[in-house]
Amino acid sequence: MSATVAARKERKERGSGRHQGRAALLFISPWLIGFAIFMLYPVLYTIYLSLTDYDVINDPTYVGLDNYRELMGDDKVVLAMRNTFVYTAMAVPAQLVLSLALALLLQRAGQAAGFFRTAFFLPKMTPPVAVGVLLLMLLNGQSGLVNEFLGWFGISGPNWTTDPSWVKPGLVIMSLWTVGASVIILLAALQEVPEELLDAARVDGAGWWTRLRHVVLPIISPAIYFIVVVDTIASLQSFTEAYTAFFGAGNTTYSNDAALFYAIYLFQQAFEFLHMGYASAMAVLLFLVVMVVTAVQVLLSRRYVHYTGGQS
Amino acid sequence: MSTLHRAEEADRADPAGADVLPAPAPPRPLDAHRPRRVWSRVLVGAALIAATIAFVYPFVWLVSASLKPRSDVFDNRLIPETLTFDNYVEVWNAAPMAAWLFNTAFVTVMATVTVTISSALVAWGFARYRFRGRNFLFGLVLASMMIPGAATMIPTYLIWDSLGMVGTLTPLWAGNVFGTAFYIFLLRQFFLGLPTELFDAAEMDGAGHWKVFWHIALPLTRPALVVVALFEFQAAWTDLMRGLIYLRDREDFTVPRGLKSMLDQFGFGGEWHWELVVTASVITTLPMILVFFIGQKQIIQGVSSTGTKG
Repeated sequence: MSATVAARKERKERGSGRHQGRAALLFISPWLIGFAIFMLYPVLYTIYLSLTDYDVINDPTYVGLDNYRELMGDDKVVLAMRNTFVYTAMAVPAQLVLSLALALLLQRAGQAAGFFRTAFFLPKMTPPVAVGVLLLMLLNGQSGLVNEFLGWFGISGPNWTTDPSWVKPGLVIMSLWTVGASVIILLAALQEVPEELLDAARVDGAGWWTRLRHVVLPIISPAIYFIVVVDTIASLQSFTEAYTAFFGAGNTTYSNDAALFYAIYLFQQAFEFLHMGYASAMAVLLFLVVMVVTAVQVLLSRRYVHYTGGQS
Repeated sequence: MSTLHRAEEADRADPAGADVLPAPAPPRPLDAHRPRRVWSRVLVGAALIAATIAFVYPFVWLVSASLKPRSDVFDNRLIPETLTFDNYVEVWNAAPMAAWLFNTAFVTVMATVTVTISSALVAWGFARYRFRGRNFLFGLVLASMMIPGAATMIPTYLIWDSLGMVGTLTPLWAGNVFGTAFYIFLLRQFFLGLPTELFDAAEMDGAGHWKVFWHIALPLTRPALVVVALFEFQAAWTDLMRGLIYLRDREDFTVPRGLKSMLDQFGFGGEWHWELVVTASVITTLPMILVFFIGQKQIIQGVSSTGTKG
């Protein structure tokens, strides 16, 4: 619209940095506006709200650091934080190992790779709500498919959905069902491993494990690093599957303390109890935790991730 | 077993392809261990098939359960003892499923169309032009991807509340008119891969900035636009959180929000009609499966490029 008019006028003055700048500004303006309204302002306002008591109906009242002090003494915050860390510590390595194993298998699947790849990726398309429903059904202690399967081997499976010590492992198992994207990313990385290097290692007498450990893994380490970072951030914020399966208006039969993730408790504080100030303090804390964890991973990556030349 | 056989052939064909390289291929020590290779292929094949069953069976279970009467839902039989389509009729009476599907379709289409166009605009601005502050601003785009949703969730709700939009479908998609950092990043990468000479030549011929973008750059970007559209289609269709925050009346729900309410009511809520929950789960999931089979190639390519370029 106005961009067209402006652009027409400028066409003869092409190359003039100022007008280029104006056109560029018009193109990026949607993001600039969106960033200001839906990112910068909300982050700053969250920090402000974390210093107040606010229930949406009455104006926020300034309370200083009270919310943060309360956070430290809130057993449920401690519980939710611990649940989230325990889940993340189990889910991220489990997902990585499984997706790497599946990617290695796919690499050797030959012409049928496409079929298997589809099978592994398909669950990733499932809406997380439906994954939560499936968790309740498949991991049901009495009649669930998983325990029936375990029964074939004489193992009597635990009550995944009601026994507090098995709830998080159950959530991890369910999360393994949706590793499809990581499989695809790792497979793409594996296909970049130069065949000459593997041949050279073979000639030197390196076995399968040695080749994997000393040739393949270092070369695909950027992809592994990417997956670990993305999965960690996602796990620290995981909400939908656990909320669907263990929380909400109808839940009267399940004990759900073991599934209380940080994001779930934050959501409850904000939108069920309308403790917006307190929930904002929780959000600021989550933000800091994610930053610290990511920073640690960046530092570790300097030591363990090998970037070969030619990467942009 | 035919797949195994074919896998074997392909395995053999692959090194042959590598041998085309100018470097003389060393004699392959593999052939010395023939029996071991065969065994390892059998193991790989068995593992692939086992994994496939594990990944696909939950879908089969779900569809099968939705075709069983109430009393048989948990019987774990592959083929229903009593086959019935009643659940698919009943679920329409038990919940405003048609309204939910319509709402979700509306939100999904709006979210997809707006985010694809706006992200392309912004990506083009970053890819085509040099301007002061560009690197800083693009750094902000990347940094904004790191910010947890929780850090912006409450003020965002308050914004929509002050606009009187809580309880409507608008907050579920309207933020997309400003583009999304991840898609801006993906599309910028794609634009940077296009030859600049093409756009310079068009400008030389008198095409304006907008024309170059809309008539030349955008059509060339079609593959990447399709990837973005498919990603967003899935994200919008499957989102529960925003439905929980913004939707109040049952008739206004999206399908994921509706499924959650059905689980609360008919599942562990006490009414104990799991057959309806299962059937609603199939209805919620099916569109995504269709989308995957239509856009499979683009989705897989899109996903693998996020890893290598990120």
